[in-house]
Amino acid sequence: MPVIAFRQALKDAMDEEMARDENVILIGEEVAQYNGAYKVSQGLLDKYGPERVIDTPITEEGFTGVGIGAALVGLRPIVEWMTLNFSAQAFDQVLNNAAKMQHMSGGQLRVPVVFRGPNGPAEFLSSQHSQSFQAFYSHIPGIKVVAPSTPYDAKGMLKSAIRDDNPVVFLESELMYAWKGEVPEEEYLVPLGKAEIRRAGEEVTLISFSKPMQMVLEAAQALEKEGYSAEVIDLRSLRPLDEQAVYESVRKSNRCVVIDNDWPVAGFASYLGWLISRNCFDSLDAPVELVTMEDVPTPYNHAMELAMQPSVEKVMNAAKRVMYVTQ
Amino acid sequence: MGKGKTSSSAGASAKKAASKTPAASEKSFRIELLRQMLLIRRVEEKSAQMYGLRKIGGFCHLYIGQEAVAVGAVAALDLKQDYVLTAYRDHGHALTCGMDPNALMAELYGKATGCSRGKGGSMHLFDVEKHMLGGNGIVGAHIPIATGVALKIKYKKENGVVLCFFGDGAIHQGSFHESLNLAKIWNLPIVYICENNHYGMGTDFRRVSSVTDFSKMGISYDIPGSQMDGMDVLKVYEAVKEAVERVRKEHHPRFIEAVTYRYKGHSMSDPATYRTKEELKEYKNQDPILILKTKLIDSKQISNEEFDKIDAECKQISNDAAQFAEDSPQPAVETLYEDVVV
Repeated sequence: MPVIAFRQALKDAMDEEMARDENVILIGEEVAQYNGAYKVSQGLLDKYGPERVIDTPITEEGFTGVGIGAALVGLRPIVEWMTLNFSAQAFDQVLNNAAKMQHMSGGQLRVPVVFRGPNGPAEFLSSQHSQSFQAFYSHIPGIKVVAPSTPYDAKGMLKSAIRDDNPVVFLESELMYAWKGEVPEEEYLVPLGKAEIRRAGEEVTLISFSKPMQMVLEAAQALEKEGYSAEVIDLRSLRPLDEQAVYESVRKSNRCVVIDNDWPVAGFASYLGWLISRNCFDSLDAPVELVTMEDVPTPYNHAMELAMQPSVEKVMNAAKRVMYVTQ
Repeated sequence: MGKGKTSSSAGASAKKAASKTPAASEKSFRIELLRQMLLIRRVEEKSAQMYGLRKIGGFCHLYIGQEAVAVGAVAALDLKQDYVLTAYRDHGHALTCGMDPNALMAELYGKATGCSRGKGGSMHLFDVEKHMLGGNGIVGAHIPIATGVALKIKYKKENGVVLCFFGDGAIHQGSFHESLNLAKIWNLPIVYICENNHYGMGTDFRRVSSVTDFSKMGISYDIPGSQMDGMDVLKVYEAVKEAVERVRKEHHPRFIEAVTYRYKGHSMSDPATYRTKEELKEYKNQDPILILKTKLIDSKQISNEEFDKIDAECKQISNDAAQFAEDSPQPAVETLYEDVVV
């Protein structure tokens, strides 16, 4: 099976869907002539032309709204946000238009638009460019929020997102773009809303999604070396959420750690922790632990920015806490 | 649409008329414009009455006084290919696009037979079949949406034009300025119409705008702008018709300021103490219905009796709509989970 980079998988997904459906267009800053700020749209302008691969001025609210408007009347726009940090400028369009048009029209309208771009901290970018938006977007009924962690899922889920009749926020990560993985040549789709067990285990369930998945898998390996068996779940989709996959694992392991590279207060991890506590109460041998960012803006200094994020060590310690291992 | 009984709605004949873009001097066309303005006026008066009886709740922004703008502008469209988007003062636009008054009133009542199944209310009237895409509640936030509809028209090489209505309160939002720039760089078929009714909620536009002639607002985006008398439906029709025809042909966006006035407060709860009685009286003297009625009577195109008959019909439609809304079922509470995602 060919091994390709995450960015290539995303590009292939858009390429295949644009070839399949002329209603699919790509719109955003630097997506066309520059081939993408992170080269995700490399070659698409040459292949599909400026009518379908559309450069915009730096006007997130404007072009995000344009994507939504075009979706209302039959196109399937992919709106690229250079990073999710800048999507804050467009937040009203997502919250009040994309997520509401179907509802407030009593089902007359559909909004088949994908908003995609890198989410969460990269490196050395300080506070305004290193934020996570999963809690903001997952909070909103009326949209889907997905966050793949492998090139295989990135391709299969982006294709599904483009074909979905709802607005989908598709979370990527700068540092993941170069990650490589096996992606088959033949066409496939990965459904939105299905979690994946990345590693089977018995004694503790580790749950995460997107970029932290690699770190969580490392932590699981390190735990194994110390004699502890961890099951690792990749949520892949936050909305809809595959609750059953989570509960089945936790009911087996009786212990759970949720890892979310986002602030702790009112975050997705805290919501998931509550769901597990409520639905697996009789199975739990320990309170659910959360490993999140520290409750501070991301600093520039590398040691500081690493210290504010989840790490292998923090995940291992949390796993040991729920297993009541003396540290 | 049209879950309710279809009444002899204003829009059906308007649409037929608009596709031929009739001459403003044509008698039957003028009478149709008059009828549509009267229908809006009577439906809104009925809404206000029912609001007072607490049949309608929440925000209810009446269009009374501004009828000429929506009626004259939409008459210049062919809604088979053209689109209309507006903000939350949307009853007039919905009716003139041809929305069934029953579906409108039922939506105000929050009933299952409302155009949005009781989920939108007064601010969120939609009639997708008639290309009326809201009914949008955040000031200025629908302007990029309308621009996106125009992008689709261009991309699909269709012949349509979008009319995007908004108030003087929206014109300072970034969304307006971002949209005009995008529409110009992409040459989109859209006419932006600012309905300057003089007050953004309770704030006189002159207190919060660097310019008082909004027709200048398109200039920095190289978009031609003009100002029209928004109290005279025939002038609105002529101005918008010309703009729409040029946009259709040249695929360049245009901007029009309609100088108009609302007689009521911003919403039902606003006593409008920020303006003088004299000012209100001055505008009531140039009431859009009165202007056209006088013109038609003076030119003997209509008699007082004929006018009264049309007015009575519109009152009847409004009463029937309220009765329809009253008799309609409440939506099943379980439907609150519907229309969120598919």
